[in-house]
Amino acid sequence: MIGVESLRSRLERLGNTVTSQVWRVGYASRFLVYLLMHSGTALRRFRLTTAQVYFAGVLSLIIILVSGLFVGMVLALQGYETLQRFGASESLGVLVALSLVRELGPVVAGLLFASRAGSAITAEIGLMKATEQISAMEMMAVDPIARVVAPRFWGGVISMPLLAALFSAAGIFGGYLVGVQLIGVDAGAFWSQMQAAVDVRNDIWNGVIKSMVFGVAVTWISVFEGYDAIPTAEGVSRATTRTVVTSSLAILALDFILTALMFTGGNH
Amino acid sequence: MNRSMIDLWVGVFVAAGFAGLLFLALKVGNLATFSTSQTYQVEAKFANIGGLKVRGPVKSAGVVVGRVANIRFDTESYEAIVSMTVDLSYQFPRDTTAKILTSGILGEQYVGLEAGGDGVMLKQGDRIRLTQSAVVLENLISQFLFNKAAEGKDEKK
Repeated sequence: MIGVESLRSRLERLGNTVTSQVWRVGYASRFLVYLLMHSGTALRRFRLTTAQVYFAGVLSLIIILVSGLFVGMVLALQGYETLQRFGASESLGVLVALSLVRELGPVVAGLLFASRAGSAITAEIGLMKATEQISAMEMMAVDPIARVVAPRFWGGVISMPLLAALFSAAGIFGGYLVGVQLIGVDAGAFWSQMQAAVDVRNDIWNGVIKSMVFGVAVTWISVFEGYDAIPTAEGVSRATTRTVVTSSLAILALDFILTALMFTGGNH
Repeated sequence: MNRSMIDLWVGVFVAAGFAGLLFLALKVGNLATFSTSQTYQVEAKFANIGGLKVRGPVKSAGVVVGRVANIRFDTESYEAIVSMTVDLSYQFPRDTTAKILTSGILGEQYVGLEAGGDGVMLKQGDRIRLTQSAVVLENLISQFLFNKAAEGKDEKK
């Protein structure tokens, strides 16, 4: 009898967790629709959004550029090791550019963006809620979603593709520094093979689309977790952690789906 | 930091982001090399295209003069029809030969054009009559073995 009881309570807990997760997904979707419908203020008073682009984008520049540079440099070092065994070290530019533009640029920039800007957005909104600033706005008949959440959302959505492009550009420059300047791969072959292999629509544009999708996903998760946080110190810290974990997983899962859609279509 | 400084930095950031995109499109990708120039389209029938891909290069004397636009299968002749877009500044005689060649041993396959001697040039929508298919390794090996076997027979006689 005791065994049945404990089994039942365990099953109940499992069902409860699943139901509450599904409920949260539904709530988050409703939140996004409401957010999009009330974005008028954020777009009309564009200075609100500009301040958030500064916060999410400009302040993330250093970490994005430095990481991109080092990722490109490591790619060039490792790629050269492998390619020179086959006597194909001239293809180093192709390797660096394609891996950055297609995958590493959007994904690593997205992960960095989630931990640098996403966590900050969640913590800020969560603290505003904990210190009852959100309730105060509602009291003054100011819609906190239009005034606080929407500018942060659009600021993140605008920043992310630009950051990913800068990451890729910095990475290719890093690959050039190590590959051409340090190892001594021929500069002409490095650039011309890269240009012959990288297609603007299939590779670069698809990378930009990826970074846009990641930008929407990360900022959506960040503002939702902040807005949904339990208004205590512990609740905000939990929400911040959840933002980083959920957005990282979302980026990796979305990347798999997008790659499967974009790059496995055969010849076209 | 005051408002106008924030605006300034955001402006710098957005400009840098677009500069990065432009760098990717022009320096890393091939936007500058082909898509802007005017082209004309020609077709060629091949018995076998090997590993030729859409967007593969079309070369003449080693210079890239165009790209493979489309590859389809003709159900009447059971052959492959390859459409190529060739840069308008490169005109070829009507009796040009199209071959499917491989760059290097492991390299990609491309269409090689060899100019003929006709005075009339290829126009938009024309078909190249003289073609040579890709070399299929298996056929090459079996041909070689067949020849060897035939030689062996001759010696025995």
